[in-house]
Amino acid sequence: MKPIEAKNVDVYYGDHHVLKGISMSIKENTVTAFIGPSGCGKSTFLRTLNRMNDYIEGFRKTGKILIEGEEIYNKKIRVEELRRKVGMVFQKPNPFPKSIYENVAYGLRIHGMKDKREINERVEKSLKQAALWSEVKDKLDKPALSLSGGQQQRLCIARTLAVRPSIILMDEPASALDPISTAKIEELIKELKEKYTIVIVTHNMQQAARVSDRTAFFYLGELVEYDKTSVIFTKPSNKQTENYITGRFG
Amino acid sequence: MSNIRTNRVIDTVFRYVGIACTFIGILVLLIFLGNILIQGLTRIDWDFLTNLPSRRPHRAGILTAWTGTAWLLGLTAVIAIPLGIAAGIFLQEYGTRNRLARIIELNIANLAGVPSVIYGLLGLQIFVRSLRMGGSLLAGACTLALLVLPVIIVSTREALKAVPSSLREASYGMGATKWQTVWHQVLPAASGGILTGIILALSRAVGETAPLIVIGALAYVPFVAESPMDEFTVLPIQIFNWASRPQEAFLVNAAAAIIVLLTITFCMNGIAIYLRNRWQKRISW
Repeated sequence: MKPIEAKNVDVYYGDHHVLKGISMSIKENTVTAFIGPSGCGKSTFLRTLNRMNDYIEGFRKTGKILIEGEEIYNKKIRVEELRRKVGMVFQKPNPFPKSIYENVAYGLRIHGMKDKREINERVEKSLKQAALWSEVKDKLDKPALSLSGGQQQRLCIARTLAVRPSIILMDEPASALDPISTAKIEELIKELKEKYTIVIVTHNMQQAARVSDRTAFFYLGELVEYDKTSVIFTKPSNKQTENYITGRFG
Repeated sequence: MSNIRTNRVIDTVFRYVGIACTFIGILVLLIFLGNILIQGLTRIDWDFLTNLPSRRPHRAGILTAWTGTAWLLGLTAVIAIPLGIAAGIFLQEYGTRNRLARIIELNIANLAGVPSVIYGLLGLQIFVRSLRMGGSLLAGACTLALLVLPVIIVSTREALKAVPSSLREASYGMGATKWQTVWHQVLPAASGGILTGIILALSRAVGETAPLIVIGALAYVPFVAESPMDEFTVLPIQIFNWASRPQEAFLVNAAAAIIVLLTITFCMNGIAIYLRNRWQKRISW
């Protein structure tokens, strides 16, 4: 069963036709990069995968989106459970204005975990997975907002990992970070791929080339080309893709 | 080049006019405060705070008035705060943005500007007569709660609006429900603003006289209220009563009571400012 499968998806914001006939399937334990110029619909598509667009006024979708074989816009689906399974990391690090510990424990608590020892273990494990544990283990009760931007973003990743998702969506996770922090995030993405299916939106072409297995190029709401990253960056079959990755537009 | 010179002259003139305006405001306030302090400060002692009202000005105290104010403030807070915050949360976080919502919003903003005596008339009809509460503390508190509700609702909404949407997204992204998001993330982040609004609303309630007179609060109450159904008086009414007496000694009493009332309001505003600053420092986005 494919972790993510989209069939002929169209998305509208009011009268605005944002996504046109998107079909793609994403394999387990891979990193898939969505690239394309601003406003091409890549972020919108990412957000339809865990229904983060539900709160946007005038949002409408046709076609099918299956996560692990289930249509997620089905009325029977509990959106809270879907978002636990399909975690999300945002463009700007957005830790909660609480302690480092509480940031990671929050997801566990809202999903009903009460046992203190279990929470402690899960917090430690998640911070280790996000390569942050050694930097914060002595100051877990310090405010998360006192961390640097790169640390905050890894904390957001740890927070997402804590509730044991199977898919992680990342919306330009490194665009607000300096090169060293970016390198750490990319390193992390490569490690996480062993256990999770990762989809990453990025404006940084080199980043897509470095971290992803497959790349999807979006333009004007359409999925122009979707193939192995090595193919997209060396011999794309579409002229628009080639123009974009060589920097001739976008 | 002469243009620059005239512009500079205008600049200087405006600066001095501005300074003058500021000083006039401060001066008037200082004269008023000084006057009251000179008149009333010597009158304030333990007896003044613990004596019952009396026909003889030297034996009269404000025990019933300040306990009445305390009772009323407490009851008003208990009624108005949960209602106001809940309404603010609903309007800002749950309500859909349609025509009806806009009309309700506009009306709440307008209600904050309705003269307080009108609320008194409303309270007289609904609480005192229809619900048969009489001129009790409860009727007074219900009336004042209506009066300050718009202030609390509006400040709750403003505080919630100031919470960045990235915080809500983060919470929803973890699989939190709307209520979990509001309760665990949005409300704590907005609590500084909400608290400030509450205290400002209550310090408005402390000074209200007109609506309480309309619903029948008494000027002379020779006992301390023991239950919400008791009759009551409050500091502003006591002040109003004393200030309208011909004897000089009662005017001194009024000045002393004004000092007590001002101290209460200044303290409440001080707390509001302190809390606002503290929260602003604690949460930086």
